[in-house]
Amino acid sequence: MEAKTLKELEVLCAKVRIDIFEMLMNFGQGHLGGSMSCVELFAVLYGKQLNVDPANPKKLDRDQVVLSKGHAGPVWYSTLAEKGFFPKEWLATLNQGGTKLPSHPDRTKTPGVDMTTGSLGQGTSTAAGIATAQKLSGMDAYTYLIVGDGELNEGQCWEAFQYIAGKRLNNCIVIIDWNKRQLDGYLTDVLEPFSIPEKMKAFGFNTQVVKGNDMEAIDAAIDAAKTVKDSAVCIVLDSVKGQSVSYFEEMVSNHSIKFSGEATEEAKKAIVAYKEFIEKEEA
Amino acid sequence: MFSLVNDRKAPGKELRKVVVETVADMMNTDDKVVMLEADLGGASGTTALLKTHPDKFIQCGISEANMVGVACGMSSLGYKPYIHTFAPFATRRAMDQVYLSGAYAFNTINIYGSDPGFTVAANGGTHTSFEDMALMRTIPGALVLDAADDVQLEWIVREVAKSEGVHYFRAGRKGCRRLYEQGSTFELGKGNILKEGKDVLIIASGQVVNDALDAAEMLEADGISVEVIDMFTIKPFDKELAIKEAAGKKAVFTFENHSIIGGLGSCVAETYAEEGVCVKFKRVGVEDRFGQVGSADFLQKEFGLTAEALYNKVKETI
Repeated sequence: MEAKTLKELEVLCAKVRIDIFEMLMNFGQGHLGGSMSCVELFAVLYGKQLNVDPANPKKLDRDQVVLSKGHAGPVWYSTLAEKGFFPKEWLATLNQGGTKLPSHPDRTKTPGVDMTTGSLGQGTSTAAGIATAQKLSGMDAYTYLIVGDGELNEGQCWEAFQYIAGKRLNNCIVIIDWNKRQLDGYLTDVLEPFSIPEKMKAFGFNTQVVKGNDMEAIDAAIDAAKTVKDSAVCIVLDSVKGQSVSYFEEMVSNHSIKFSGEATEEAKKAIVAYKEFIEKEEA
Repeated sequence: MFSLVNDRKAPGKELRKVVVETVADMMNTDDKVVMLEADLGGASGTTALLKTHPDKFIQCGISEANMVGVACGMSSLGYKPYIHTFAPFATRRAMDQVYLSGAYAFNTINIYGSDPGFTVAANGGTHTSFEDMALMRTIPGALVLDAADDVQLEWIVREVAKSEGVHYFRAGRKGCRRLYEQGSTFELGKGNILKEGKDVLIIASGQVVNDALDAAEMLEADGISVEVIDMFTIKPFDKELAIKEAAGKKAVFTFENHSIIGGLGSCVAETYAEEGVCVKFKRVGVEDRFGQVGSADFLQKEFGLTAEALYNKVKETI
C-alpha cells in the first residue's frame, strides 16, 4: 500500500472513531467494543477495496458487504457517512424513533447497507446467497461477509460455512472479527472456541490471520484472497474489542457501554486526540 | 374463473410433479427463477431440475435455516427463489430466518412446504406439521396458501412469482382427488363458493375441501342444505366473504388439515368475534395434539378429518 493511501486510511479511521463515540454518547449507550474492533477493516474496504458508488448505492454489480455481527452497525454507519453515502447529520439520529440508522442494520432504511442483519448467524446465509447470485449472474463482484467471533456460537454460521466452502464460493470473502470477547465475557470462558483459524481450515477455507489494526496486512490479505480460485476464503482478524483506546480495551465489559462519568471523559479525551491527529495529517 | 370437475373421485396429477414441472416451465422463460432444496430432492422430485436446468437448481444440503438465508440473499439481486422442504422444517425450524432474513428484510421467498398434516403418513410425528399456517400467518405481509388440488396448486406456483415477499404454500407430495377443471383461475385473498346452500356453511381449505363437499352431499341427503367455500387463501383472508355467507345460516363450520389453533378456524373465529357475527360456530380440525405415524388414510380418520367426521360434527351441532 502506498504511504499516501495508508495515511488517508488512518485519517478515515480517526474520523470514524470520532463518529462512533459521538453517536453512542449522543444516544447515551451502545455497542462500542465490536464497532471499534473493525474500524480498520471498514477503512480498508470502503477506502480502497470495494467497488461501490455512494451516488448509486444500489448499483447491481457492486461489491456487497454483509455485517452479520449487526450490533456493530455504528462502525458501518460512520464509515458510510464519511464516504458520502448519506449526510453526516444522520449519525445523531441513531436509535431515535423514525431514524434511518437503527441499532442493527436494515437494508430498507440506510443507503449503502446491503443486507438486514441483527439476529446473529443469519447474515452468513444471506451473504452466501448474494455471492451465489453474483456468480450465477456472471458478475465480477465480491461479497464481504463480516462475522463476529462470539457469533460463531450460532449453528447457522457453520451451516453457511459448509455451503460457502462446499460450493467454492471464492467471491464470498469471509472475515471473522476475532476480538476474543462476547457479551458475557471472553470466548474462552463463555464457550471455548478452540482454534478459529484451524476450524475454518477444516471446513475447507483458505484461511489467513492478520492483525485487526494493521491495514496494510488486511489489504494484502484481501488481495491474496482474491487470487484464490479453487476454494472458499477466510480472513481471521486478530483484533481487540474496543480497539485503539486503552481505557475501553481494558474495560471488564465493553460490548455495550453506557456513557456517563469516567467513560464519557475518556471518550472525550480520545476524540481530542483523534482530532489533533487529523489536523496534523491534513495540514 | 374456476369450475369444478364433474367426477370428484378422479385423481389429479401428483402434487410434487405439479410444483417441479411448473417451476421448470417458468425457468424456460424467466432466468431469475431458481429452486433451492435441502436434501429432499429425491422425495420432492426437484432433482429432476438438475438435468433440465442445472444452474438453476441449488442443493443446500440438510440445512433449512441456511437454505432460507441463501434464497433471501439471492432475491436481493432480483432472483425469484423457490425452496422446498417438508412443511415443519420450512416453518417451525426455519421460522426466524423466514421472518427476519425474509419478510423483515423485504426479501422474496416462495416456500413449498410439503406433506402438511395427515399427508405426512409414514414419516410420522417428527415430520408432522399441524401448525405451519398458524406460524406463517403471524409474519407481516406474508402470503399463506393451502392448495385444494393440483390445478389450484399450479396456479399458486405461477401466481406467487408475480409479487415480492414471503409466500408460503402447502400441499402434499402425492396426488389427491382433482377438484377444479384444468385452466381454472383464482384470486389471492378471495374464497371460492363451490356450492350454494341455506342451512349450514362449511368453510374449508386444502385437500380436505373435497371431503367437505362429500360431507355436504351426505348432509343434503338428510335434508340439510349446505354451502361450501374453498378458502385457500389463509392470508390475506377473505373476511368479507366469511361474514356475508354466514348470514341466515343455522351454523358455520371450518374444516382444515391443520390444528384448530391458529389456522383457518381461528381466522374465521377472529373475524366473527370482531365483526359481531352471531352464529353457531365450530372449528373442525386437529385438536391440541401431536402427529403420529400411519397411512394418510389412517391419519385422516385418526385426527377426525374425513367427510364422515365432518358430517357427524355438523349433525351433533345443529
